[in-house]
Parts: sequence; C-alpha cells; structure tokens
Amino acid sequence: MIIYGVALLAFCMLMGTVSGKLIGVLIGIDANVGGVGIAMLLLLFLTNLKSDRFKLKPLSNTGITFWTAMYIPIVVAMAAKQNVYSALNGGAVAVVAGLLAVGASFALIPILTRMAGQSDDQ
Amino acid sequence: MISSIIENVLANNALITAFAFIGILSFSTNKLSDVLIAGRIHGSAVAITLGLVLAYVGGVVTGGSKGLADISIFAGVAVMGGAMFRDFAIVSTAFGADLSALKKAGLVGSLSIVIGVILSFSVGSVVAVAFGYTDPVSVATIGAGAATYIVGPVTGTALGASSEVIALSVAAGLIKSVTVMIGTPFVAKWIGLNNPTSAMIYGGLMGTTSGVAGGLAATDPKLVPYGAMTATFYTGVGCLLAPSILFILVRFILS
Repeated sequence: MIIYGVALLAFCMLMGTVSGKLIGVLIGIDANVGGVGIAMLLLLFLTNLKSDRFKLKPLSNTGITFWTAMYIPIVVAMAAKQNVYSALNGGAVAVVAGLLAVGASFALIPILTRMAGQSDDQ
Repeated sequence: MISSIIENVLANNALITAFAFIGILSFSTNKLSDVLIAGRIHGSAVAITLGLVLAYVGGVVTGGSKGLADISIFAGVAVMGGAMFRDFAIVSTAFGADLSALKKAGLVGSLSIVIGVILSFSVGSVVAVAFGYTDPVSVATIGAGAATYIVGPVTGTALGASSEVIALSVAAGLIKSVTVMIGTPFVAKWIGLNNPTSAMIYGGLMGTTSGVAGGLAATDPKLVPYGAMTATFYTGVGCLLAPSILFILVRFILS
C-alpha cells in the first residue's frame, strides 16, 4: 500500500521535528535544530531494518520515492516564494556580506574535502 | 464573468494551482535549456533561477514578502514551497542514501558546520566594519546575518540591535541563500562537489537550508541527503555561537 510509505515518511518527519524543537528548547532557541537530519536518520534506520515483518513492499516504497521525485518542483516553488525583492533592496552592506560569505565558503570546500580524504588514508 | 470564475477557482484551489503552474514552468524551462543552451545548464537550475526572478517580480508588484506567492492566484506556491513540503521532500531523499558514506564524512561534516558559522560570521563582520559600523552589536548582528537569515535576527534580538540593522542582517542572509541556489551548479566542478563527502562539507559550510536545497537540486539531486544532513544543524549552531562567543570576540577586537 502506497500510504504505508507516505505514512512512514510522515512519521519520521514528525518525530524529527519534535526532537529538533526539543533540542531548540534545551539550548534556548525557538527553532527546529537538526530535526530534518534526525528524521533522515530515522528513515534510514527504519527502512534498513533486517526484520521480514517490517519490510516495505515495492508499492509502499513508491510512497516515499514519489516525494523524492517531487523534490525539485518543490524547490522551484520555494525559489518563487523567496523575498528576493527585499534582499536586493537591503543595501550594499547586505549584498556584499552575503556574496563574500558564499565565496569564502565555496573556496573552503575543496580544502576540507582534501583533509577528509587524507584522514581516510591513515 | 468567465475570468472571475477562473480566478476564483485558481485562488480557492491554491495548492493544486501551484502544482499545475510549477509543472508548466518546469516544462518550459526544460525545453528552453534544451533549445537555447543545448542542455549545458541543468533545466532545474534554469527553473530555480526563473523562480527567483518571478519572486522578485512578485515583490515589486505587491510589496509583500512572499515573492510570487503574494499574488492571490499564486498563493499556493507558498504552501508547495513552504518549509513543510520542503522538509518532507528532503527527508524522503534519505531513502536510498548510503549510510556508510554518511558515517565516513560524519566527523569532517560536523566540523564543517562550526567552521562554516565562524567563517561566514567573520566575513560578514569584516564587511560591516568596512562599511563603517563600529559598535559591536551591529557588527555581530550583520555578521550573524551572513550565516543565515535566521541567525541574524536571533542574534540581533538577543543583543538589542536596532531594527534597521536586523533588517540588514536578514537581507544579507537572503542574498546568501539566493547566491547559493544560483551559484552552486556553476562552481560545482571547481570545488569538487560530486561525492557524498564534499556534499556534507558543502551543507555544513553553506548552512542555508533553502540555498543548499536549491543548489544541490540544480547540481545533482543524488547529493541532497548528504548536504541537507549537515545544513539542518547549521542554524542551531549559529544561534548558539553568534550571540555568545563570537559577539564577545567582536567586542574584544573592536574595543
């Protein structure tokens, strides 16, 4: 049943969001801290269980993979609802700070990736 | 009369209208990228960029804060592209992700979150100083905005920054998120963004959930779970570090 897959995904996201909010409360921030990551780990854990009783059938899987396929369209919609107008009208200091922060972060990716590769070899 | 009926139907079925609209938009941009640029830029990168342009137009026309979604017949775009569906779709990408790849890059991925927050904060603070801001509260708030548009206002509110400075910090975060969405596919080759490890580092360094979601969608959707895994913790780490240790450092340096 497709709904089994959708429901499992929904369950993971809700559990993750509750955990993320709890972490937020613990560190004194009104935000969902890491909820998506926790939900992803939970989904990975539950769908990799070896037990035969808890094995999704191919049709149930499509309840999850449908949403994976909807990811890009959802991101396009997300782009279309961004507050681009006020971002560009925020003033030069905001534009420069945003651009340079991205540039510096991009530049650091290869360096950290190389470090990760080296620690692997040891 | 017909046009008012159509308008009513579109507005009353907002989410369905959004599905149809985004479908048409994706179809057109895929065709466009095939014909005009021979598919050299991913169709989804074109779609995301066009989405941002439409969001700008929506902001100009309505003066609202939700881009295209402030136009009544497109209100469903805000639901479809809102945090609920976005996070649902992101979580679904974990299905089929490689657990061993996640474990392998776990340490450097977590490290990249802390490094990413400090790096963006420092860059933002230096820019603030370069633009003539001298009080530590404003400098730290703008620096925090360069982390994400949530870290900025959280920090600014905690430190008692003025509302103009908080607005600036939100704008800096929005610029960052938009730049990451558009820029990622162009720099992906240079920065080696083609495997789970670099995707986790990318998510940790960038930190903007929307930026990372859009950037990876336009580059290689298979990398989404790895980038999203680290990005999801960034705002929390930023909200912890910026108003505390990082602010104290700024105050120390400026005094």
